[in-house]
Amino acid sequence: MRRIMVGVKRVVDYNVRVRVKPDNTGVITEGVKMSLNPFDEIALEEALRIKERGLADEVLAVSIGPADTQQQLRTALAMGADRAILVQTDAAVAPLPVARIFRQLVDKEQPFLVLLGKQAIDDDNGQAPQMLAALWDRPQAVSCSKIDIADGKATVVREVDAGLETLEVELPAVMSVDLRLNEPRYVKLPDIMKAKKKPLDTMSLGDFGIGEASPFRNVRVEPPPQRTKGIMVKDVGELVETLKKKGLV
Amino acid sequence: MSRILIVAEHDGAKLNPSTAKCVTCAKQVAGASIDVLVLAADGASVASQAAALAGVGKVLLADNPANAEPLAAVLAPQVAKLAAGYTHVFGPSTTYGKDLMPRVAALLEVGQLSDVMAVDGPHAFKRPIYAGNAVLSVEAPQDAVLVATVRVASFEAAATGGSAAVEKVDAGVPLPTHTRFVSRSGATTGRPDLQSAARVVAGGRALGSADGFKIIYSLADKLGAAVGASRAAVDAGYVPNDLQVGQTGKIIAPELYVAIGISGAIQHMTGIKDARTIVAINKDGEAPIFEVADVGLVGDLFAIVPEFEKALG
Repeated sequence: MRRIMVGVKRVVDYNVRVRVKPDNTGVITEGVKMSLNPFDEIALEEALRIKERGLADEVLAVSIGPADTQQQLRTALAMGADRAILVQTDAAVAPLPVARIFRQLVDKEQPFLVLLGKQAIDDDNGQAPQMLAALWDRPQAVSCSKIDIADGKATVVREVDAGLETLEVELPAVMSVDLRLNEPRYVKLPDIMKAKKKPLDTMSLGDFGIGEASPFRNVRVEPPPQRTKGIMVKDVGELVETLKKKGLV
Repeated sequence: MSRILIVAEHDGAKLNPSTAKCVTCAKQVAGASIDVLVLAADGASVASQAAALAGVGKVLLADNPANAEPLAAVLAPQVAKLAAGYTHVFGPSTTYGKDLMPRVAALLEVGQLSDVMAVDGPHAFKRPIYAGNAVLSVEAPQDAVLVATVRVASFEAAATGGSAAVEKVDAGVPLPTHTRFVSRSGATTGRPDLQSAARVVAGGRALGSADGFKIIYSLADKLGAAVGASRAAVDAGYVPNDLQVGQTGKIIAPELYVAIGISGAIQHMTGIKDARTIVAINKDGEAPIFEVADVGLVGDLFAIVPEFEKALG
């Protein structure tokens, strides 16, 4: 079985304007729309396209999160994933234990490719794919905007500060995906019905021998310092004059 | 006492300014000694540039033909080995550090803090979450090495004037061959580097086309500025990806940021909130960019931008 494993995370929807809780213990998530992490959705779409090209037999979606994460995994199944695993926990699991869980699942599931988003838009860590690749001792390709698979190898284009970098990696490998890789498909109603019958297994952190959810202690969450609204100028003359006064031009 | 190792970023010839910013971050850990590690094929010149940064105690130079390109899978085992005896390992939160440092952390079996924006103590730091819409104060364990990436926009570059010793090192670890560099394409424009430029002129979707973007380049050249863009402009194909500013592009902190035809999505604001002065030019007076701009001008950018350029003399 040629399998692709995709990591997906339940996060606050990217359109939500996030607000810090008054007691500074986190951000408000009650009553807030939750979605698949947009980068993970792109990772899943890529896995599905690779399967549709006949280069994979099965797409397995894996998530770590609270019971409600089943909603996001059902969305993943409706998009076209064949089955799903939820490692259920109410704890916020840090990237290293996430990578350790994926490492054990890799042993069990033997994927030739693990695809994840380059970062989750809640914690903005951007670590789990690279950590998994390290623990697995396999290649990593971070921020991919193009993935070609042939002959047990992958040629990937990834977005770097200098432009675009092309790497050749042997498979199996871990790849994290960037925004311009693809545009995820919309889920159709019949697919949502079909997804209800697809297998979704639930496991626990204990199944992986993970005791501590994070090596770090979150002390306090605060709103960022706000920029204040400046002045409006009426024309270019006034703009240049203002900038000259500030010594900027 | 804290012993901090900074993994230098470079292109084989020049030390990236991100390294000097990591040094400033490290200096804010009270009483820390700071060493810099240069991994290169032939890094003598880069090492001497790192040695000139004030505050650096020692530069470790790991020359190896395998280090010719910055492949995380090849560099990480060397960094992990050479990190022995250090309390902290820092790298820049650029695409280089984001690729490499988590791999180092996992090899050391420790967690990583991404995008450190402030130092509260040797094991206490602040970092942005939710695209910078919240700031998390976090404590790391005292008994483990701390791997972190440094948000370069939050720190000034360390001055030069130092004269640290350069010591050749060899990690002596087996290096994988499963990851191979093929090519890199990037604009060599002759313009200032977007990440470190003092002035940036950026355009958005309102420019309408790659051709429309010419007025942005022209104004940038007049100001001696780097060119940036919103995600919308990159996605529309007006400019290459390396010009993108924002949550998933570059996070920058120029003295002057001129946002032209950029409405100011949250994800874009994340990339510019440390800019000293933000100028916004947009035809929509209600655009969110005006809420953060120091100077705003409402009007037709195709008329304003050439006039602006002309008015600069």
